[in-house]
Amino acid sequence: MRQIAALLATLTALAAGGAVAADEARTPRPVVEAARAGTQCVEPADVMRRDHMRFLKHQRDDTVHAGVRGAKYSLKECIGCHASPTTQSVATGETNFCTSCHSYAAVRVDCFECHSSTPQAVVQQGSK
Amino acid sequence: MKTDPAAPPAESKPRRRGFLGVAAAGMAGVALAPGIRLIEIAQAATTTTSAGANPAVRWGMLIDTTKCVEGCTDCVDACNTENGLAPATRPTDPQWIRKIEIKQIKTGRTASLPVMCQHCAEPPCVEVCPTGASFKRADGIVLVDRHSCIGCRYCMMACPYKARSFVHEPLADQKSDVPRGKGCVESCTLCVHRIDKGEKTTACAEACAKAGHGAIVFGDLNDPDSEISQRIRSANSVQLRADLHLEPGVRYQGL
Amino acid sequence: MGATFERLEQRTFYLLVAAGGLLTLLGLGAAHWMEERGHVVTGMDNQVVWGLPHVFAIFMIVAASGVLNVASIGSVFGQSAYKTRAPLSGLLSLTLLAGGLLVLMLDLGRPERVIVAATHYNATSVFAWNVLLYSGMFAIVAIYLWTMFERRFNPYAKAAGVAVLVWRFMLTTGTGLIFGFLVARQAYQSAVLAPLFIVMSFGWGLAVFMIVQSSMLTWNGRRLDAAMRRRLARLLGVFVAAALYFVAVYHLTNLYFSRQGAFEAFILRDGGVFPLLFWLGYAVLGSLVPVGMLFQPRLSDRGVVAASALVLLGAFAWLFVFIIGGQSFPLEIFPGYLAHSSFGDGAIAHYVPSWPELLLGLGGIGAAFVLTMVGVRVLDVLPRDDVAATASTARR
Repeated sequence: MRQIAALLATLTALAAGGAVAADEARTPRPVVEAARAGTQCVEPADVMRRDHMRFLKHQRDDTVHAGVRGAKYSLKECIGCHASPTTQSVATGETNFCTSCHSYAAVRVDCFECHSSTPQAVVQQGSK
Repeated sequence: MKTDPAAPPAESKPRRRGFLGVAAAGMAGVALAPGIRLIEIAQAATTTTSAGANPAVRWGMLIDTTKCVEGCTDCVDACNTENGLAPATRPTDPQWIRKIEIKQIKTGRTASLPVMCQHCAEPPCVEVCPTGASFKRADGIVLVDRHSCIGCRYCMMACPYKARSFVHEPLADQKSDVPRGKGCVESCTLCVHRIDKGEKTTACAEACAKAGHGAIVFGDLNDPDSEISQRIRSANSVQLRADLHLEPGVRYQGL
Repeated sequence: MGATFERLEQRTFYLLVAAGGLLTLLGLGAAHWMEERGHVVTGMDNQVVWGLPHVFAIFMIVAASGVLNVASIGSVFGQSAYKTRAPLSGLLSLTLLAGGLLVLMLDLGRPERVIVAATHYNATSVFAWNVLLYSGMFAIVAIYLWTMFERRFNPYAKAAGVAVLVWRFMLTTGTGLIFGFLVARQAYQSAVLAPLFIVMSFGWGLAVFMIVQSSMLTWNGRRLDAAMRRRLARLLGVFVAAALYFVAVYHLTNLYFSRQGAFEAFILRDGGVFPLLFWLGYAVLGSLVPVGMLFQPRLSDRGVVAASALVLLGAFAWLFVFIIGGQSFPLEIFPGYLAHSSFGDGAIAHYVPSWPELLLGLGGIGAAFVLTMVGVRVLDVLPRDDVAATASTARR
């Protein structure tokens, strides 16, 4: 009984400590470059933050296997808006859109081993 | 017969069964409902803008080797430019299309022709791929899904045309339409990124026409009125290694 | 019961494990280098796509299947002298399979995507079947070992042994059919490759077993009974001869077909290193000499080990010719024509093994070695002929 009480007390203390640590001033945050002015992301930021990997994972199958291009979660469209004005990329500089959060969260971003991270002149014929 | 004192009284058995029945139905509902909701979301979310691969179409190519010039590499250069390939100098460099000079042993007759992925109807590369990364699209184009490719190179062993290349080094500056990277296998895509956007031909066919040779024709093999179908109907053409019965989508004239 | 579990002297044991561990680390380092820089640091290219690592990996996987023969003769066919050898045979199977798969997975272009291979299956792909067959092999052999070690389950050892026998036949057939199903290259596309690999597995597995058994007995101050040694030696001789038969049939058939003539000339006469490895490495040193030695009436323990080592040398030589020679010969896209291009069409490919590939292959051997050493120390797998002769056969 006493052990359970001690355990609960420890857990509560940790949780409270965690709540205190969420204080803005003491937590380092990633510096995320803003997207191109005048654009609106296809989903709200909190949805994207949580689910962008899921959206991309399903979209890529549609694109590769079914040939669907320019759809809502098209990676090229993401890059088009989010590319940094200085590096023209989402993944080359430390503050670039993808790299900033991914290095903060220590999650390796595999996409740009194959995908170009810069928006090249994309000829939009009949799509979008 | 002695009644077991631990056995539950008779009337609670139907109640337990009833409870289990309701619980099972409830669990089934809980399990299914999110799936139904997700399907709703999925159908609502994707606003497709390009139509995607059309199963009624079968893309193919016709190459007239009599119009092919020995030493000319316009098709190869165009493919390299279009897809972001570096000009090949080493045996490890990927080549999606190459010019082959052939000489018949018995007669001495020579010919020159480009060879690329033949986009077979029965592709051995698709059969052997362990993850299903090598696949045939609805419109007949054989592709590599680099998200699933683990780089085992079994498809390279299986292809009778040596169509596939392996990326042996880290790459940079890929074309945004043509993602490609180290450790995956790749081959001619029949310029699928152009086709999906509605363009009418591949880079190699376009370059050959521009150079005035016109040796490469690209089109829909399932459309009897397309240029390629008319040409195939009127003059003889062969498939490479037709004896293997792979039904390639690329045909050659003048061989 | 009496026979205490004897152990190799502490220092020697740790030295050996350290040596094996170092070899394994070198292999892992080589794999990391290959992953970082890409396969351009190896000798492989777009013509010879599978190189030295595959030679090592396929050797180990095929030997892993064949080493279970000893156990099968014991558990399935009821030969009591082999029953005491069954646990060592099972252990070696697990460790060789682990080593071989380690090399295979690290040689992938994208080794971090092994999880994709484990979760996406293409039903027509032999590789996909093999993923299931190899993982299932681990499970089945582990259960088999368990039935032998756990006294309560000893009655089930025969059933487990039968399951292992069936499974490894499927597995080795699958390994042979990796090549047998390929219609593209002239070296493969043959149904005989399936039984060929099975018979090869018998010889290679038993040769490995003989070497390991001899080393273990020597380190424990024991000797292999002469009669048992002769039995095993003769068995190995039969296996090697049978494998030679299948290789001969394979080549004779190829020689009979005119369209295969150029390929056979390359492998058997004109191909430089390939005929040398085939005739000298495999046929003479790897088959005829060991068979001659193994059927000697009075063969010493050293002679058996030497013969087994020669069999393994022959295995590597044959696999090199089969895998790399088979890829070096150009694809015949235009029968009846000479071809040349910027992509090596019509030309013999020149493959030179690189250091990362050799280290990776040896790393797999090192891993199998370390796992075997640990397994032999922790488990009671030492074959005991004196105990087996007197103790009841119902024990196992």
